[in-house]
Amino acid sequence: MQGPGDFEVSRRDVLKLGAAATAVPLVAKGQAGSPAEAPVSTQLSLNVNGKVHALKLDTRTSLLDALRDHLQLTGSKKGCDHGQCGACTVLVNGRRINSCLSLAVMHAGDKITTIEGLGTPNKMHAMQAAFVKHDGFQCGYCTPGQICSAVGMLSEVKANVPSHATTDLTAPCALTNPELRERMSGNICRCGAYSNIAEAIADAAGVPAAGRSA
Amino acid sequence: MKFTQTEGKNRTDRQKVIGKATPRIEGALKATGKATYAYEWHDIAPKPAFGYVLGAAIAKGRITSMDTSGAESSAGVLAVVTAENAGPLDKGNFNVVKLLAGPEIQHYHQAIAVIVARTFEEARAGATKIKVRYASEPGVYDLEVAKETAVKPPARWGNEPDSAAGDFAGAFAAAPFKIDATYHTPAHSHAMMEPFASIAAWKGDELTVWTANQMIAWSRADLAKTLKMPPEKVRVVSPYVGGGFGGKLWIRADVLLAALGARAAKRPVKVALPRPMMANNTVHRPATIQRVRLGAGKDGKITAFAHENWAGNQKGGSTETATLASRALYAGANRMTSNRNATLDLPEGNAMRAPGDAPGSMAFEIAIDEIAEKVGLDPVEFRVINDTQVNPEKPAQTYSTRKLIQCLKTGAEKFGWSKRNAKPGAVRDGNWLVGLGVATAYRGAPTMNSGARVRIESSGRVIVETDMTDIGTGSYTIIGQTAAEMMGVPLDRVDVRLGDSNFPVSAGSGGQFGAVSATSGVYAACLKLREAIATKLGVAADTLEIDDGFAVAGSKRVALGEVAGTEGLSAEDKIEFATDREKHLHYTFGAHFVEVGVHAITSEVRVRRMLAVCHAGRILNPPAARNQIIGAMTMGVGAALMEELVVDKKVGFFVNHDLASYEVPVHADIPHQECVFLDDEDPTVSPMKALGVGELGICGVSAAVANAVYNATGKRVRDYPITIDKLMRT
Amino acid sequence: MRPFSYEKAATPAAAASAAAKNPHAKFIAGGTNLLDLMKLEIEKPAHLIDVNGLALDKVEATPEGGLRIGALVRNTDLAAHDKVRKDYPLLSRALLAGASGQLRNKATTAGNLLQRTRCPYFYDTNQACNKRAPGTGCGALAGFSRQLAVIGTSNTCIATHPSDMAIAMRALDAVVDTVQPDGAQRHVAIADFHTLPGDKPQVENVLKPGELITSVTLPKPVGGAQVYHKVRDRASYAFALVSVGMIVQKDGTGRLAVGGVAPKPWRVEAADAELPRGAKAVAAKLFAGAKPTHDNEFKIALTERVIEASLADLRRA
Repeated sequence: MQGPGDFEVSRRDVLKLGAAATAVPLVAKGQAGSPAEAPVSTQLSLNVNGKVHALKLDTRTSLLDALRDHLQLTGSKKGCDHGQCGACTVLVNGRRINSCLSLAVMHAGDKITTIEGLGTPNKMHAMQAAFVKHDGFQCGYCTPGQICSAVGMLSEVKANVPSHATTDLTAPCALTNPELRERMSGNICRCGAYSNIAEAIADAAGVPAAGRSA
Repeated sequence: MKFTQTEGKNRTDRQKVIGKATPRIEGALKATGKATYAYEWHDIAPKPAFGYVLGAAIAKGRITSMDTSGAESSAGVLAVVTAENAGPLDKGNFNVVKLLAGPEIQHYHQAIAVIVARTFEEARAGATKIKVRYASEPGVYDLEVAKETAVKPPARWGNEPDSAAGDFAGAFAAAPFKIDATYHTPAHSHAMMEPFASIAAWKGDELTVWTANQMIAWSRADLAKTLKMPPEKVRVVSPYVGGGFGGKLWIRADVLLAALGARAAKRPVKVALPRPMMANNTVHRPATIQRVRLGAGKDGKITAFAHENWAGNQKGGSTETATLASRALYAGANRMTSNRNATLDLPEGNAMRAPGDAPGSMAFEIAIDEIAEKVGLDPVEFRVINDTQVNPEKPAQTYSTRKLIQCLKTGAEKFGWSKRNAKPGAVRDGNWLVGLGVATAYRGAPTMNSGARVRIESSGRVIVETDMTDIGTGSYTIIGQTAAEMMGVPLDRVDVRLGDSNFPVSAGSGGQFGAVSATSGVYAACLKLREAIATKLGVAADTLEIDDGFAVAGSKRVALGEVAGTEGLSAEDKIEFATDREKHLHYTFGAHFVEVGVHAITSEVRVRRMLAVCHAGRILNPPAARNQIIGAMTMGVGAALMEELVVDKKVGFFVNHDLASYEVPVHADIPHQECVFLDDEDPTVSPMKALGVGELGICGVSAAVANAVYNATGKRVRDYPITIDKLMRT
Repeated sequence: MRPFSYEKAATPAAAASAAAKNPHAKFIAGGTNLLDLMKLEIEKPAHLIDVNGLALDKVEATPEGGLRIGALVRNTDLAAHDKVRKDYPLLSRALLAGASGQLRNKATTAGNLLQRTRCPYFYDTNQACNKRAPGTGCGALAGFSRQLAVIGTSNTCIATHPSDMAIAMRALDAVVDTVQPDGAQRHVAIADFHTLPGDKPQVENVLKPGELITSVTLPKPVGGAQVYHKVRDRASYAFALVSVGMIVQKDGTGRLAVGGVAPKPWRVEAADAELPRGAKAVAAKLFAGAKPTHDNEFKIALTERVIEASLADLRRA
């Protein structure tokens, strides 16, 4: 065990080391045992919104970047690129995922649905129409992710997947307002349109909106 | 047109389109992923290169050496731009720190290079191969310490840092009831969902940038100045902005580095700031320390009101003027306010939604709750008693319209305030202690000159063009509504084009001046277009009626498209606000009501109910205005309960610089929210008779949460955010 | 992110063997933490072995009356599994308290156990961090440590283990099943699976190079009332300040594991034994020898309160 004095000394050492560490950022080249640095590209086909696309991609390409930069499907948004905001949510085989935290190369053979595959301005999906009707957005940047997430979320409720808000794990799931809010919490809306989004989703799902319940 | 005096009756009073609940006209584009944000212009820049920004690894000091060769030889890399090879750069008028640093480093994650490569993956990898050596210098990062060296800042936007009236010291000493409390608000991150992003393309010596920006004209000028080129050679395009909240008022590193990268790589370049860089690379709402002293008489009237504020910023940066709202919100003859600014080496502080008033109200609206309790008055009643219709610092100046009492009383009635138990900690629902809180919302209603161009095409469609931006505020729709109302066409025959420096210069989006100013500019252009129609038809403008797409004068009834002819008919004008702003105070008002539950054992806080009753002149589009208010209420809940950019005072940076560690509210944090607008119009400010609502909603709401937590628990936390650990310690 | 080659593994043993041959290889399953870290150059594999195709996605009854959970069972599916909901509700609750719906759809059982810390100094490659860059120091000790560990730490590292699921598994006495490059299987009690930082904070578990988790086995259900109470600064989608997973029998005896306070799921048998005597007694045993910082010392009192609240909830139930 160290005494408090020793601890102080070691803390100062830590700081010195810390400063030294910041002086030389990591350098890849020439590090012992470091493998080749050349990008690796791979051929794959992605089934997006019912269309199969043949792509040659760097293995590092995320599913999100494949959609946005290579297929020009920029409906899926990059908000954080680290699974912290939900703006990139797409449906893969009907399940909602963060497309930023998945590699494109891992999705050969999957059925990917993006916001563009749900509906178009002239023929909106019921969830898209509900968002417009209830003003379930402001800037619109999180919106495609919210909508894809909401569609995936309703399937989860239907499949009786419980949530943190579920009171009885053994009873059938129902989409109450607390359930809806918990289940949608992986989609951040910094404009703060949550109350309207909840109404839009409840409308599309055919369940009552929250109202002024405590 | 010049707006010089209080507006009489005008065409906007018809309210056939204006004032009607209208879904956003761009809503379907946003809901289907078709709205084009900064990074998403495939047709215009089909084969762009990708830029990745490298940020400084130290908070203050110098780069002693920088070896870019590893990056330059890295696969796919086309160019590496640093301060050394970027060519001469100036700095924009609105920028405090440099957007491309070197060799001097002014703050952590300040951009020091952009690596341009064929693909995003190659650019990101290239950025890790730059070897940088730094010489660190000690910096000042702790506001509590720097407070002692804070100085009186210069006036900004016409606001003096200090004010005084009567004899505060004497009145405070004599007051039978008084409080003297100090409050802390931390730095906040805008954390808008769309990162700072830009595409830049050069054509000869002309530059076009597709970016995410709130103020097109200012940013065009600043980008041109930074690049030392004439502004007319720069085009800025920003029709959709994924949230700004003040963070995108000015240009940031993304747009400059995209331009420099594109010049170096000789092709269009797109740059988005990685999320983990945003908090430290860009701007934030500065932290404040505020002292509030209030004295009140036995009748509950405020006799002494002092509000002092200390904040910090980079050298040359502005201060967070947290005391401005305290000057005139409540009555009281004896008062003083002051703002002091310290120099800090943290990233640049700048405007975030309701700068000054948001953090200011976080403090003094708790203080009002505290003094009301001391006096033994209900906090709603206390605020009613201390209402004023004049500026208490300059009583000759009256409010153009002020219905705060009505906001408070309407809200109290709707919220069931009378059921509140004034005794803290007395209401329990199962495991939860339940409390109610109230606070006033108060925010200025400024205007800015604003231009627009309106054209009728032979098809009869009306096209509006202005460089106004829509950052989620609903500009597209209210501008469309204004044009539809003025030109006598249904809304679906109006096309609104925004956010392009090729369009007339508008107010832009900021300071909750956007809606009223930009629609007034469109109003002015429409009046001019109506005159052109009258001229073309050979009738007097005042005899012209336009309705349902037809111009009618006497026996003439001609379809607008026909009047316009194949050439179309166009008019451009701008509104210049030239009223005597000294006569009236122009403000917006509201009352926030919040119910919270606080877990009796663990101190977890949950907001259970929220209501805002607002008074903001004419409401142009009620659902969009509601959305502004509830969004601001949500942001205020964040500020009350969780948001804090934490400073590492040794290293000198914001530690929690991503969206996992800087927590903003999620769905589960926000209950159903109610928002009510009082019917009103204010003809003294603009022909639209509207005021702003974009910032009103965040003022006071955090204090209402804090006051509700106090009512639930009896714990008065004066150091935001009110987290579990602080409740446990109190 | 460094360039990497990519292969899909055919069998667990083949995957392990491929990984053993390449010191720069990593397994990827859900990828929700690995890719996050690769983007920041905290993880730098040169080769990824995609194990998603391995048939490790079943939840099966064991002959002993327990449950074998395939390494690739997604968090959503595990939380929603009928048997888990009925017999191991603590595990469902813990899983559902973690991450978001999207992340749980991707994240796997094995990956969840192998999550790395969310310490902000670990996540920022400019900062000193002995876990990420051994020998550089610990930025958190002298910096911001509110989220970090109060016990089980060392003077090199105070990072917490972020998993909620692992807290439940620790309380349930799960066993981690692995296959090694030579095809041999191992069964490691979860108590022994994660390691404390000591002077090697970069080592977080007992897995050997190439060793692949194939399943996690739960012993037969222990019954009792089960609760998982997670406290965080926002209501959802956040890592724990403190979490408590607790099972209490009718006679008041039981067991608990706590999260957010230690570098591994924290369980102290002497603390279990104190459950009949209440939260204060339990917390005293749980935190004997704790070394909190000024920023995070509240976690000790908070844990006690969460235990108290959990006991109160269970009494009511």
